[in-house]
Amino acid sequence: MLLAPALFVSAVLFTLGVGGVLLRRNAIVIFMCVELMLNAVNLTFVALAQQLGVAGQLFVLFVMAVAAAEAAVGLAIILAIYRHRHTVNLQNINLLKG
Amino acid sequence: MPPPGFRLDLLWAVPALPLLGFVGNGMLALTRPKAKTAVSIIGVGVLVLSFAAAVAAVAGFVRLHPAAPLVFRYWEWMPVGDLRVDYALELDYLSAVMILVVTGVSALIHVFSVGYMGEDPGYARYFAYLNLFVFFMLTLVLGSSFPVMFVGWEGVGLCSYLLIGFWFNEKINADAGLKAFVVNRIGDFGFLVAMFLIFRHTGSLDFDAVFAQAPTAFTAGDAAITATTLLLLLGCTGKSAQIPLYTWLPDAMQGPTPVSALIHAATMVTAGVYLVARCNVLFALSPLSSATVAGVGALTALFAATIALKQWDIKRVLAYSTISQLGYMFLGVGTGAYAAGLFHLVTHAFFKALLFLGSGSVIHAMHHAYHATHSHEDAQDLRNMGGLRHHLPWTAGLMWIATLAIAGIPPFSGFFSKDEILGAAFARGTAEPIWLAYWVMGIAAALLTAFYMTRLMLYAFHGPNRTGEAERAHLHEAPWSMTGPLAVLGLLSFAGGVINVPALFGGHAFLHRWLAPVTAVADQMHPEVALPAGVEWTLVAAAVLVAGLGIFGAVRLLRLEAPVPARVAPPERGFARVLWKKWYVDEVYDAIIVRPIQWLSREVLWKTIDARLVDGVMVNGSAATVRVFGWVGSRLQTGQVGSYVLLFVGGVLLVLWAALR
Repeated sequence: MLLAPALFVSAVLFTLGVGGVLLRRNAIVIFMCVELMLNAVNLTFVALAQQLGVAGQLFVLFVMAVAAAEAAVGLAIILAIYRHRHTVNLQNINLLKG
Repeated sequence: MPPPGFRLDLLWAVPALPLLGFVGNGMLALTRPKAKTAVSIIGVGVLVLSFAAAVAAVAGFVRLHPAAPLVFRYWEWMPVGDLRVDYALELDYLSAVMILVVTGVSALIHVFSVGYMGEDPGYARYFAYLNLFVFFMLTLVLGSSFPVMFVGWEGVGLCSYLLIGFWFNEKINADAGLKAFVVNRIGDFGFLVAMFLIFRHTGSLDFDAVFAQAPTAFTAGDAAITATTLLLLLGCTGKSAQIPLYTWLPDAMQGPTPVSALIHAATMVTAGVYLVARCNVLFALSPLSSATVAGVGALTALFAATIALKQWDIKRVLAYSTISQLGYMFLGVGTGAYAAGLFHLVTHAFFKALLFLGSGSVIHAMHHAYHATHSHEDAQDLRNMGGLRHHLPWTAGLMWIATLAIAGIPPFSGFFSKDEILGAAFARGTAEPIWLAYWVMGIAAALLTAFYMTRLMLYAFHGPNRTGEAERAHLHEAPWSMTGPLAVLGLLSFAGGVINVPALFGGHAFLHRWLAPVTAVADQMHPEVALPAGVEWTLVAAAVLVAGLGIFGAVRLLRLEAPVPARVAPPERGFARVLWKKWYVDEVYDAIIVRPIQWLSREVLWKTIDARLVDGVMVNGSAATVRVFGWVGSRLQTGQVGSYVLLFVGGVLLVLWAALR
């Protein structure tokens, strides 16, 4: 069985996603890193479904549907921000602060 | 409830009518202060009707002649747990005397006020307050329980404050009102605590229940009853201006003169005497308290009389005289001679009201004379008077009657009442020597009383006139509305003694027997000591001799040419200065009580506790703490999404670490 390597790849992908969200400035790239984390989780679901039953595979379908909706809304927001500010660099988008 | 047909159901009207007058005059004062005729009709009318109602009620009471007090319950006032206090009025032999005196003297003084206050812009307000005072005074004497009495007790204090500071535009008057109010609070504290103690020991506050249970609820002479009665006495010393709380009464003379006559001579200040007489069962249970009451009275009688010797303000002389005479009443009720104390209360109400109204008549004339010449001399200073008998013959003659009455010259009313008090003190002294000392003090005070009253009369009405050449032509006798009440009071001062002529002079001691049911229990505990007739005659002779000596001494010693007008008078010297300065009691109180309290209030309570602790630490401190937390929290809100994520991830890692540990 390939459970251990699959989980390892999933962990690497998730860490890459977190690192990207933390370190990158571009909103599009951060958005892609979020997708990466979601897919890392999907991989974990699928890998563990072999042992724990079909529910994990079902959840993957849900996650993909939510991710698609999130992508649509998220990209629309980024587009709107770009129209206003002519940048998607999150360091410059800091109006909401104490 | 009493059987119908005795007019006793009119009792509620006795206090209600003055209250109605207060409401009517109060509304006029607010809407039409110039409607003086209407104010006079309402103000005097309700008092006359109230007096008539009181007479009718007492007449019904006499015909019924009940053994127990008649209690009229009107509504439930304070039902709290075991305590039930009704708003109820009580008519018994004691309150019957009081309502007649209060409504009668009040009615006369209201009539006098019509003339005296006629030109005052606050006329309606004055009558509103005066009516309200009578209402509270009647509540005080008619209340059938301690709380109802306390309502009247506080109410008369309020009216006293309002009327002392009636001309509040001048700071000295407002201050005098405040002083009276604050000093009375000290006494009221004693009254309140005594009330709590009474409830704790007897479980009731109704007079009937308390006095019926007192002999069993308290052990005679133990600490509880002594503390209760001494606290009651503290309340009495405040209201009735006895040592140590008497200092407010002389200052209270800043009010209009009829107010001084009504509140600060005839009625309110006698409330303490009434309270002791009402609580005679309690005081009889505590020999120590009775001795203290008598001692305070005797000491005050002598002490205030010495001060009166050297006062120049005509009303201040009378104020100290009032304190002194109230001392006699306390000596009487403390001795157990409740009837004698009440007798002196009644006769004093007559002759002291006459003296005050007479002085009001004098001040009225002096004031008008100075007003006519635009002079700013003191219209109340004896040194500015002299020879007034030529200008105010009625006032002079009537005031001489009152002077002879207060000095104790037979057959004037004061002679009988004062003699009975001194006789009772002497009789008790045969068993307990301390009362002999009280008797000596009383006799000495009687000597001084005769002296200072004669001094007042001589300086005001005899000798050369010192008012001024231009003013002399403007001195006139007051209108009939002022001299009329004086004449009635003069008659009462002369003949008031007939209500209690003792058996020694062939009388029937009417008041004594009238009050016997009220003081029956106390009399049983301390039976009256009967003196042999020879001793009594000697005492009477001594008292008359002393009074005569006082008058004779004043006539011989005082040189009527000596005083010079107040404006140019030299300050007093030596011992006279000590008396003139009232033994420096006000200064001593100021130094040891008023100033420390002011210092404590300003430096500790205000600047430290209020400004620093409450405002600084608690109010502003909590605001500052919140602001610090808010500042720290706002630093976290950088607007950088990355930093939020970092914190979020850090938090998740922390939770994971904690969960997997």
